[in-house]
Amino acid sequence: MKPQTTSETDVQTDIASNELGMRGFAALIKTLDSTNKTNVKVQALTDYFLAATNEDKVWTIAILSHRRPPRPVNTTLLREWASELANIPLWLFEESYHIVGDLAETIALIVPSSKIATEKTLTQFLEEMIALKRKSDEEKKEYLFENWKVLDYYERFVFTKLITGGFRIGVSQKLMTRALAKATEIDEDILAYKLMGNWDPNEISFQELILEENASDYLSKPYPFYLAYAIEGEPEDLGDVSQWSAEHKWDGIRSQVILRNNELFVWSRGEELVTDKYPEFNEFIGKIPNGTVIDGEILPYINGQIGSFNDLQTRIGRKSVSKALLKKVPVMLKAYDILEWNGKDIRDLPFSERREILENLYQTLTNLEISFQLSETMHFKTWEEVATERTRSREMSSEGLMLKRKDSPYLVGRKKGDWWKWKVDPLTIDAVLTYAMRGHGRRSNLFTDYTFALWKENDEGEKELVTFAKAYSGLTDAEFRKVDAWIKRNTLERFGPVRSVTPQHVFEIAFEGIALSKRHKSGVATRFPRILRWRKDKSIHEANSLEDLKLMIP
Amino acid sequence: MKNPLLEFTDKGIYCSAAKVYLDPWQPVDKAIISHGHADHSRWGHKKYITHHRNVPIISHRLGEINVIGKEWGETFNINNVKFSLHPAGHIIGSSQIRVEYKDEVWVFTGDYKTEHDGISTPYEPVKCDTFITECTFGLPAFKWTPQQEVFENINQWWAENQAEGKTSILFGYSLGKAQRLLKYLNTDIGKIYTHGAIENMTQVLRPLVDFPETTLITKETKKEELLGNIVLAPPSAHGSTWIRKMVPYVTASASGWMTFRGARRRRAIDKGFVLSDHCDWQGLLSSIEATGAEKIICTHGYTEIFSRYLREQGYDARTEETQYGDEEDNTVPDETATLEKQTS
Repeated sequence: MKPQTTSETDVQTDIASNELGMRGFAALIKTLDSTNKTNVKVQALTDYFLAATNEDKVWTIAILSHRRPPRPVNTTLLREWASELANIPLWLFEESYHIVGDLAETIALIVPSSKIATEKTLTQFLEEMIALKRKSDEEKKEYLFENWKVLDYYERFVFTKLITGGFRIGVSQKLMTRALAKATEIDEDILAYKLMGNWDPNEISFQELILEENASDYLSKPYPFYLAYAIEGEPEDLGDVSQWSAEHKWDGIRSQVILRNNELFVWSRGEELVTDKYPEFNEFIGKIPNGTVIDGEILPYINGQIGSFNDLQTRIGRKSVSKALLKKVPVMLKAYDILEWNGKDIRDLPFSERREILENLYQTLTNLEISFQLSETMHFKTWEEVATERTRSREMSSEGLMLKRKDSPYLVGRKKGDWWKWKVDPLTIDAVLTYAMRGHGRRSNLFTDYTFALWKENDEGEKELVTFAKAYSGLTDAEFRKVDAWIKRNTLERFGPVRSVTPQHVFEIAFEGIALSKRHKSGVATRFPRILRWRKDKSIHEANSLEDLKLMIP
Repeated sequence: MKNPLLEFTDKGIYCSAAKVYLDPWQPVDKAIISHGHADHSRWGHKKYITHHRNVPIISHRLGEINVIGKEWGETFNINNVKFSLHPAGHIIGSSQIRVEYKDEVWVFTGDYKTEHDGISTPYEPVKCDTFITECTFGLPAFKWTPQQEVFENINQWWAENQAEGKTSILFGYSLGKAQRLLKYLNTDIGKIYTHGAIENMTQVLRPLVDFPETTLITKETKKEELLGNIVLAPPSAHGSTWIRKMVPYVTASASGWMTFRGARRRRAIDKGFVLSDHCDWQGLLSSIEATGAEKIICTHGYTEIFSRYLREQGYDARTEETQYGDEEDNTVPDETATLEKQTS
């Protein structure tokens, strides 16, 4: 039997040559999802931006910058309805979901396939989803069934993904901005600025968002943050120490505080407008002049002491904060830099000049000394002095040092060269692997999410293992596959997606910070726990105890 | 209480009435072998009985062995137990093993698929009372597309890579998948090159099936001559220096596991084609129905989930531990798993 051949003319790889609308968007997502190569992703996005309608472009930008409309249907109903349409029991759907690892993917795989194509645009789908939120469950179910039935596998995945959550397809906002810059021939940094802040894809046109110059839109807009890479090699390699300014690297929420037109805007690094969460800063209005943008860190400040990130956690989740909480965990802004002054963008000035402006401003703010503080800059004569200062980081409640070249402009995004972070070495402890769960996305179907335990003496004086942290990064893919295979052979019990395993393997766990916590079974909360290495040389009896861990609390 | 016709022991599936094992994982005196993959046909048995198309395969893999080849449907008696082999459609020479004794019939599938792949004898359902089935892909998420469509996509992918001046590298197990891919690659596009493990196994099978011409990659092969052509390689070759020398290239894997978006990305493979030598969910269910069996035993794959579903459908279904496949573990063509599946 001779294989069927396809003629060259049937070959459709170019996204622009595909029909657009939802099919074009699904084809774009498929291309982005099926390559690991950045240039292929940028090209696919550029082709899409050149071919799509303006309406669909705005929605695509919104989706890829995590501005989806609110979820119109809760996931419990989605699961029930998908298993109903697939004619399988709900438990079987749930088991499949645990294995596939992604809800939209599971639904797309399980409901019956069709060959019928949709002609609707991406914008039509999103408008329907927005309208759907207010409809009855019956209407929602009817809408989903209708659409699941007419979409092909990949479109069905994308459609369901739009309903359930964000796309994790390795496309950062930066990458998308680069493609948009190629397609529109507008400077990438200008686009990054235009895309920041609070815009509603349902209200704004492509013309207004991207093409038009409109000063009043910029009232609340922050600047893209300049982010530092971790230092590579030795700090001496950075050259003459006198060219560098050092600061402590504070462990809070990196933020921009904007004062324009007698209004205050507070932005977090995740480009979230968080003004309402931190009413402490309302007093800046009228004291800090209009046309000022400050880059700083929001830190908990309790009885004149910088608190731990754990303290700040209690503030992060709340949209409006109670008086009691404000009193218990007050915050302050530790100012690093000034980006706008007298309404002028001063990011191109050297860091040392920007700091001078910031420090002069600080001098005028004598009545704000609690909620507004400077992150002190330090100037050293030798790199040894810098290293010595770094060793004080934990007692200063900082994560290490920041090194900034004195003549550096304030750049956009993560750039190498002018700014470096030099964090303290993490704290580490040897712990025993006790539970495992399947990973998500790239790691679905592999057991890669682990729970670790430490020894504790119980009331009878016997040693038992107590859970203290979860970690799911730090091993190589090959190591994960080995641990995964071992877990599958050494499962003690299954609890849905979670398995308990024979305590046998010891891992060295690294973490950045540690604090007492009532919310944790062990009584201790660790920050950024991750696996440092697999201690194959240690037996479980050589793992550390909870007492050892508690001794690390400052 | 009398012993069941087939028992699950620490050496393998055992028929005590005939004193013979089916696909044992420990050395035994007499073994009936379903097919040539390493987890089903192991080294060290005193006597092997298998389909005659599997004889060259296991002789190649295991060397000097004492083996008897049988025809499809040929009945042979051992201690008054009637045995016969029936096509399983999994790979060339793969059989289901039918066992009949005192009016009771059991069938052991080994591995099987319902789709006719054009190189192995197509699967035939066999009526039985107890059906011992694999369920590697026993989840409703698995739904195969007809292979013709998959091969069109593979050939189109190859042509596109060629247009970009790149070498296409396609991964598949050296026994089974590699030959199935080889059979349908469109040689109008270019030449087919092979990794040694695949070339050796293909040579063994050439007397049985008509395959396109292949060229073994040797130390003398220049990477320039590979450009625009396709290379068939076992999954374990992924990331090896052998592959890295072939730049510029594009990689793809053909496997049922490519159903999951994560499986392809986890292995950093550029493209995934969903193509399996096992049954999909519907394939398993319709095969079970066609046997008319009331008792179902699930041996490997998503056994717990699949047997629970069967029980809800009214079957007397259960799971038995075996050493076939690796429970839920074929997801990644991981080094240890693929080495096992390769020729030694």
